[in-house]
Amino acid sequence: MAYLRLIAVTLLLVICSSAAVADVTARHAWIRLLPGSLPAAGYLELDNNGADSVQLVAVQSTRFGAIELHLSSEQNGIASMRRVNSLEIPAGKTVALKPGGYHLMLFRPADDLKPGGQVPVTLKFSDGSHLPVNFLLRDASGQ
Amino acid sequence: MMQLRHRLWLMAMLLMLVSGCDRSPSSWALHDISGLMPPLAFELHDGSGQTRHAEDFRGAIVLLYFGYTHCPDICPTTLANLVSATGKLGKAADRTRILFVSVDPARDTAAALQRYEQAFGPRVTALSGTQAQLRALTKRYRVSYGLGKPDAGGQYEVSHSNAVFIFDGTGAARLLATGTDSAEKISTDLKHLLGS
Repeated sequence: MAYLRLIAVTLLLVICSSAAVADVTARHAWIRLLPGSLPAAGYLELDNNGADSVQLVAVQSTRFGAIELHLSSEQNGIASMRRVNSLEIPAGKTVALKPGGYHLMLFRPADDLKPGGQVPVTLKFSDGSHLPVNFLLRDASGQ
Repeated sequence: MMQLRHRLWLMAMLLMLVSGCDRSPSSWALHDISGLMPPLAFELHDGSGQTRHAEDFRGAIVLLYFGYTHCPDICPTTLANLVSATGKLGKAADRTRILFVSVDPARDTAAALQRYEQAFGPRVTALSGTQAQLRALTKRYRVSYGLGKPDAGGQYEVSHSNAVFIFDGTGAARLLATGTDSAEKISTDLKHLLGS
């Protein structure tokens, strides 16, 4: 009986931890650092390999004070940027966060961040899954 | 013989008419704004707090762009693109200046402008001014800008023109690019401009 309970608990743990593994994978993740404490921008491509659409709902890193999802747009020759609460990654599709479109806005970078380095960032999705991603740090010109 | 010469003249005249009497030998890749926008004129300050005028940049091809330093995406992408476009000119790159005019003087102090321009290399000069100076310059080139509502942390977005105005060495307005024009396209026209 005790064995059965152990097996049940183990199974539950396996199921729970697999639910936390994202169906989304990341590629080409990089951050454009600006001088001083200016906010940085983060870019990457997200592939949803799962059968269901998910929303990117939160982004966290211990190396930044706060991270938000933003969308740049251009209308009638005017460039503007606004915060968005989530970004849908449709099932079987790739969504690119790239210059001039969706991007991460990373506030208050840690003092020791330098181009050439990497920072760990965690992406959180609407299905409760997490995806840890290492972002490559680049300079203001994206080099 | 006379008849042939006559005919050639006629053809040449016709060609000039069809080409719309374009002043440039070839058509530009960017928008030609010669005669449509006034010559470059401004009074602003630079990263050392010094007053700068358009005349200070005479002799160089000037690429004028409006933005703000708390702009993590569009502004640095555009500036990097302009640095790349001018970099394709080789040695002639020294004859170009990229003027980044911040329309957010409250946050973009002289020290902030200096730090910012250094991140983009020697061809970029960051400038700003009083609201009156900025209004005069943006009005002159018929562009607008606006400050958004501050969030809880006091941060705010700034909407700004994505236009890049290009002036020749005399300060005359010549071409209009946008933030999305490729470095190759911009570089091609800068080469023409430097040669003319």
